[in-house]
Amino acid sequence: MSGAAVLHFASERLLLDPAGAIFWPARRLLAVADLHFEKGSAAARQGALLPPWDTRATLDVLATLLRRYGPETVVALGDTFHDDGGAARLQRQDAARLAAMAADFDFVWVTGNHDKLPSGLRGASVEEFRDGKLVFRHQGAPGRVVGEFCGHHHPKAAVPVRGTVVTRPCFMTDPRRLMLPALGAYTGGLDVGHPEIRALFPGGGRAFLLGKDRLFSFAVGRH
Amino acid sequence: MPGTLPEHFRAWFAARGWAPRAHQLDVLAAARAGESVLLIAPTGGGKTLAGFLPSLVDLAEAPRETLHTLYVSPLKALAADVARNLARPIAEMALPITTAARSGDTSTEERRRQREKPPNLLLTTPESLAVLLSQPEAMPMFAHLRAVVIDEVHALAGTKRGDMLALGLARLASVAPGAHRIGLSATVAHPAAIAAYVGAGRVVTVQGGAAPDISVMLPQGRLPWGGHMGLDAAPEILARIREAGMTIVFVNTRAQAELLFQALWRLNDETLPIAIHHGSLELDQRKRVEAAMAEGRLRAVVATSSLDLGIDWGGVDQVLQVGAPKGVSRLLQRVGRANHRMDEISRAILVPANRFEVLECEAAIAGVQEGELDGDPPRPGGLDVLAQHLLGVACAGPFYPDDVFAEIRRVQPYAGLSRQDFDDVLRFVEDGGYALSAYERYRRLFRDSTGMVHIMGERVARQHRMNIGTIVEEPLLKVRLRGGPLLGEVEEYFVNMLTPGDTFIFAGRMLKFLRLRETVCEVAEGGTGEPKVPAYAGGRMPMTTNLADRVRGMLQDPAKWAAFPEEVREWLGLQRGISRMPGRDDLLVETFPRGDKHFLVAYCFEGRNAHQTLGMLLTRRMQRFGFHPLGFVATDYVLAVWSAYEPFNIARLFETDMLGDDLESWMAESSMLRRTFRNVAVIAGLIQRNSPGAEKNRRQVTVNSDLIYDVLRKHQPDHILLRATWADAAGGLTDVGRISGMLTRIQGRVRHMALSRVSPLAVPVLLEIGRESVRSGITDDDLLAEAETLVAEAEGRLEPVRRGQARKTPERQGRLL
Repeated sequence: MSGAAVLHFASERLLLDPAGAIFWPARRLLAVADLHFEKGSAAARQGALLPPWDTRATLDVLATLLRRYGPETVVALGDTFHDDGGAARLQRQDAARLAAMAADFDFVWVTGNHDKLPSGLRGASVEEFRDGKLVFRHQGAPGRVVGEFCGHHHPKAAVPVRGTVVTRPCFMTDPRRLMLPALGAYTGGLDVGHPEIRALFPGGGRAFLLGKDRLFSFAVGRH
Repeated sequence: MPGTLPEHFRAWFAARGWAPRAHQLDVLAAARAGESVLLIAPTGGGKTLAGFLPSLVDLAEAPRETLHTLYVSPLKALAADVARNLARPIAEMALPITTAARSGDTSTEERRRQREKPPNLLLTTPESLAVLLSQPEAMPMFAHLRAVVIDEVHALAGTKRGDMLALGLARLASVAPGAHRIGLSATVAHPAAIAAYVGAGRVVTVQGGAAPDISVMLPQGRLPWGGHMGLDAAPEILARIREAGMTIVFVNTRAQAELLFQALWRLNDETLPIAIHHGSLELDQRKRVEAAMAEGRLRAVVATSSLDLGIDWGGVDQVLQVGAPKGVSRLLQRVGRANHRMDEISRAILVPANRFEVLECEAAIAGVQEGELDGDPPRPGGLDVLAQHLLGVACAGPFYPDDVFAEIRRVQPYAGLSRQDFDDVLRFVEDGGYALSAYERYRRLFRDSTGMVHIMGERVARQHRMNIGTIVEEPLLKVRLRGGPLLGEVEEYFVNMLTPGDTFIFAGRMLKFLRLRETVCEVAEGGTGEPKVPAYAGGRMPMTTNLADRVRGMLQDPAKWAAFPEEVREWLGLQRGISRMPGRDDLLVETFPRGDKHFLVAYCFEGRNAHQTLGMLLTRRMQRFGFHPLGFVATDYVLAVWSAYEPFNIARLFETDMLGDDLESWMAESSMLRRTFRNVAVIAGLIQRNSPGAEKNRRQVTVNSDLIYDVLRKHQPDHILLRATWADAAGGLTDVGRISGMLTRIQGRVRHMALSRVSPLAVPVLLEIGRESVRSGITDDDLLAEAETLVAEAEGRLEPVRRGQARKTPERQGRLL
């Protein structure tokens, strides 16, 4: 069991998966954000030889999600690779696995600020993707939107409890916008209280923190 | 003749009305014979002069232009102070000797000068020595080195800084084989181990001067059952401060320092100058306090271990220790801060904060009287420090692994290093040491056709030098008064708990939290309402094994109770009637119902860290046995667990298989292990603290160590850094070693008392419930669920999010908890 939570958003019924993805059953659409493949090797280039399995770990999560939902469309909300050279640094085994996924499922690659997709990777590459009223962007558009999915900020939230603080990546929502957490194994996060995220949710909203097999929901106040 | 002073030295001593002490001449004799020596003496014994005398004599006889003596101390301030103290004999005897100090603060210009024209005596810290040893251009400086003086060696041996220094000494021994070493140490429990660390064939021991005068002072009125702050005793503490010239009031934690400081000032109608000193305060403020002490402008300083070591102030009349002394050696060190001269009696007063601490204070005083010091023998050197060192060696020049392996095995912390571990560490430094050879092109080292190891380039070397050091701090945020100065630094997680408008105590002030800007926590003076106090859970040290043994022994033997105040005697008498006393070699476990829960209290006396780990293991085990544990709380003395069902077959619960069954699964998830991994990863250079600043355009790549840990554990669980993490965790924060020792000791000796209600001895730990953050076997997910339910209740919603349950984003907005 996935422990996904149901969220009604822009009159659509969505499932929020604790792995950090959204499934839209009516369209059989899976959305993920900020995979940041090859962040490990990007760090290695700068002298920090981090364990080189981050792409593999992220692909593992993605594979589980594909198996779980069997989507017709997979929308990746940008920053699929950590940097421009990332695609070229993929290890052969990981590149083959990614290509196989892209061959088996219809991917829509929304381009983010770090994206230069591998040549030959199947799927549509678009700046933004629309389906009916809903729009999928890498970065939330400032101002009033209705039914926007976005990534980019890697939202996380900190909950003080019993003299300690538990911090987790989270979905951040209000009635108009839904921001996804980053799926990449090495991606950190930006607190939902950060001005850049607050600017996109001026009236506050609700954060769904990722747990091992369920989500935890907390209100986020307006400031 | 060796060991005798040249005439003008003797004249100098005589002119000051001094005579050279026997130990100073013994050290001189040993050093002149080329022997390495360890000098063990109590504070105020003229140790530093003893360490330098051989060098001064040697240089007076044969002046030279080269570096003669390297002095290493754990404290930058100490090096500066020693430099000042040396200036006097050098000037007064007109000795042809040059000195210089070198630390992180030394200017580039000064460093260059030191390289071009080395001083005869160079005073530095382990970190600065490591940086020097990583510079090819600095190596010639050490060619003519004759002596290395290591000050406060007891504070270094057995720590990661000590490992770093030992590796540096190994290098020096290769570069300058003729140099002898002089270690200077306070009285320690394991002199042989410290001598081995120094590589000293001879130990010169100075017996302590007059025994210190230590007494116990209780607060007026009832003796508290629980609590560790000792705030009830503030009026008595203030009275003692008033009666003496200058007092150091030592406490155990930063939070306690802040609270006691506030409590004293609330009563301080005469406005006696009382200051506060702890490691999180801004350096300038600490320096101001130290200067005021030295000039005699203060009447008291409330201090943490930040004043344990350091320079002589001379004018301290008495030392107060508020709260548990924790260990005999630590108490002696603190007591020694009063009357920092060996021949005078040091005066100290212990102020226990609760009943158990009364026992601990009496046990510590008995320990001091019998001269039974504590402290574990130094553990083997860390592999993370070795990784940092190997990269440093490569920065200084190419090397053959066989040579460096042999060199490293010559210092005590790495004497038992296996070739396998060495090779794995070297591979880690080269290319990460991953089973997947993904980083061929990002290698930091390469081997030439003869097998010689070279550094990959100047960029690697530059980055390495910026990251030398073994002290890893929690993520910290600066605290700044709005429109005013920086006050110091607090842990990031504490600031995360604050909301704007909250009051907290820091730097001796009541502050109002305004907002967080980047990495600065902005505050204003004058908060109101119940203040929070920044506390760092990792900063609390557990009671030593030695002291725990003594406390157990005193409890067991009613003849020794006479020393206790009447309330304590009554308390213990009641315990004996209702239950029994914990024995020296058994384990008393009490169970009793209370409310709708069942309590289990185990009198282990193994210290907080060990009890925390035991609590985690025991709750997992009780879960499996079907007792449904609900939480636990640990003190230095006991562990209390409460459960929904009554636990039985208690001896089975405490069998040694507990370590096998549950340890690994718990350790893997434990936040302590994650913290340990972070330290290891930073020291080993996997995570860079500093990068050359020129690379601003480049997108910064920082990755949270928890994420790295998860990935590494899944894909290469036997990686050298995970092995290093386990080795560290076995002591330190988890103290698994102590638990395993206890479980073995008490097999077949578990004394279970099934009681109908709480016993007198169990009351203090039950009072801790709710006061302590209880992170029992519960996971972060459990905590989140609890917080979610609480908020839902507060918002009038009952059900948290569940699978398949529709929910609209509620209109009502509260702030995030």
